[in-house]
Amino acid sequence: MEAGSLSPRSPAIAVRPLAAIRKYIGRWGLIVALAALPIYYGVRDLTHGYQAGLVNGHPVYRHDLSHLGFNFAVGLSNGAIWALIAIGYTLVYGIIELINFAHGDVFMIGSFTAVGLWGTLGLGLATGTSGVIFGLVATLLITMVVCGSLNVLIERVAYRPLRGAPKLAPLVAAVGFSFILQNVGLLWRGGSPQSVNDLIRQGDTVFNISGVPITRGYLFALAVMIPLVFALTSFIANTRLGRAMRATAQDPEAARLMGINVNQTISLTFLLGGMLAGAAGLVYALYETNIWYFQGFEAGLIAFTAAVMGGIGNVRGAVLGGLIIGVIQALSDSRMGPQWTEAVVFGYLIMIMVLRPRGLLGEETREAG
Amino acid sequence: MSTRREPDKGWGEFRAQMREWRAAIERVLPPWWTRAALGILLAFAIVLPFFFSVSSGFMNATIIALAYVVMSLGLNIVVGFAGLLDLGYVAFYALGAYSLGWFGSDFFFKAHVHVLVSGVASHEIGIHLNFLLILIAAAMICAVAGIIIGLPTLRLRGDYIAIVTLAFGEIIGVVAVNGQSVHVGGGMTLTAGNLGISAVDSPYFPGIGVFNELDLRPWYWLALGIVLFVLFVNVRLRDSRLGRAWVALREDEVAAVSMGIPSVRTKLTAYSMGAAFGGMSGAFFGTYFTVVNADQFQFGFSIFILAMVIIGGLGSIPGAIAGGLVLGYINYYLIPDVLNNLPSKFGLNFQVTEIEFGIYGFLLVLVMILRPQGLIPERRRRLEMTSQIGAQDAELEEPTATQTTGVAS
Repeated sequence: MEAGSLSPRSPAIAVRPLAAIRKYIGRWGLIVALAALPIYYGVRDLTHGYQAGLVNGHPVYRHDLSHLGFNFAVGLSNGAIWALIAIGYTLVYGIIELINFAHGDVFMIGSFTAVGLWGTLGLGLATGTSGVIFGLVATLLITMVVCGSLNVLIERVAYRPLRGAPKLAPLVAAVGFSFILQNVGLLWRGGSPQSVNDLIRQGDTVFNISGVPITRGYLFALAVMIPLVFALTSFIANTRLGRAMRATAQDPEAARLMGINVNQTISLTFLLGGMLAGAAGLVYALYETNIWYFQGFEAGLIAFTAAVMGGIGNVRGAVLGGLIIGVIQALSDSRMGPQWTEAVVFGYLIMIMVLRPRGLLGEETREAG
Repeated sequence: MSTRREPDKGWGEFRAQMREWRAAIERVLPPWWTRAALGILLAFAIVLPFFFSVSSGFMNATIIALAYVVMSLGLNIVVGFAGLLDLGYVAFYALGAYSLGWFGSDFFFKAHVHVLVSGVASHEIGIHLNFLLILIAAAMICAVAGIIIGLPTLRLRGDYIAIVTLAFGEIIGVVAVNGQSVHVGGGMTLTAGNLGISAVDSPYFPGIGVFNELDLRPWYWLALGIVLFVLFVNVRLRDSRLGRAWVALREDEVAAVSMGIPSVRTKLTAYSMGAAFGGMSGAFFGTYFTVVNADQFQFGFSIFILAMVIIGGLGSIPGAIAGGLVLGYINYYLIPDVLNNLPSKFGLNFQVTEIEFGIYGFLLVLVMILRPQGLIPERRRRLEMTSQIGAQDAELEEPTATQTTGVAS
């Protein structure tokens, strides 16, 4: 059988369609696939209508786009959290070409740390507004530092000894660490989701945009994400350390010859990624108002999908990908049912890999050249 | 520099000494001693159940460990031989188990198909095939699924392959859980979700006894038979042209392809072979556990099997067997029976079974850092991991183009 399977006949699978079609699919396929869901449901809402509620026991049908707008609002704010996590994946991948599997679990530890800190500080529903604001800022900073340090520690313990090893080795170590952190979370808060005090009353509507209620939760998620992303991009673009990061990402050997401390730069990258994951953890706890040890695994995969979608190694791509994945997730949650969301997101991940593995904005890695 | 070299030198001397001793022993023994040792080991494996009571916990653990060995050998083809990191191996466990659920129970209650079955199964509703036929069906379904999973990964880099396979594994898991709401016609659904397909058929082989929960010996021999079959196929594959093609692709894809190895076909055969063995083992698990339940198919299972392959030694057949047995016993014997109450003795309020995946994760990290070549390394991989071959490769490797702009532009 071995002789038969290796005969020089052209492989049945590697059919080469016309190059032009292929190029066309490569350029537009993913964008079409991404636009398919919102357009389909938008058209459906307009033509068939959707049930907007009950009046005197009779369902009321409406034919407009506000349901879709609502999905987008949920999705974009959720996507802000994924974007923060995705940046961590993309930074680490950009610099050492490792899928840091443990990153999602660092995010989970971030949520747990934040909730634990609120308990310690006595931050509850009875706390006044200024107390909540002060407490949240303090816990945000502490959580970011904790998660950043944790990420640096993981890099130091598990990845640095494997720097010269085959690529499989650090990846497996990362998977191992992911499981270790998950079990830390399991022992910390038990195996079932725990509810969190709704400190910011995230469900309250602040204002309406043409019938779409914008709640405090959405605004909070975006209010944490946007400044952090701007701070990060300007740090990478403008500071000396940021330049060192970019140089190391491009060519670690040359960077070392130019006097850059490569190990320290890699640690810094993990620190930044971990800090953003910590911030995301805090936002997630407030936004979803419940936490559990497995959230990191799911969030990690979603965020990795986001990072790949935007083009791995590319910070802007990670943000864009996070927002898009958030919208897809919200659409799937409300239209197909949350039990299918995971499959839908992973379906998109596979579609990206097939149609456009370099992502929407193009990847920025050494192998990309 | 010289101080850092010392331990290496000492280690090398130790190894040389070991080699010398081994050569001395081999001179004393007749040339056929390895075969004789294997024969004795096999005979011992066959008579092993007679030393234990028919339904002891140890027999249970051994049967499960043998089924894990089948999975570990299967995954070893994909990850070890072909070097394609597959994090979605649980998909094949699921498909194999569902093949049993579909073709060996009353789950498809509108159908009346009976092939070579006896006893109750021969006149019940549903599809009832002989267990051997189910094994073949599971292997074929999984082989096709392996090719489908393999297709999108062909053009991808190593670590992306890991993610795509993981995504497939998760999708299969989600479909298994939600299969209750997927109707396949006539009021029948695709899976039974978390309720599980229960009342699956037991295997029927006249001659080696009745398969039930009271007597585990027939199960043991069946599992051993599957292991021996898979082992035989595995060894033959490794030494075949195809096996060498896998290793060549793993080591250097560009060189292998330029030597005329068809990359696509070779990779897809690796996926389908590994998947087929996973499916066979899954079908066995289905009938042994007498239920096919969607919550068995978690991501952690893929990592568990991967840990077997990696702890045993990537690409090494004895390693995969050792890894499967060791982790099988740890999972079904050491952790639940021996270590479980250890934390409470130290006043800690948890049980070891809760954190078993943390333990496997810890083992993975530990093995990667301390002994990346595994317990029983394959010769080529050992050279790569320990001596200078890899380092030279790394020096030769030139970053191709420098059009990249770095982390952020």
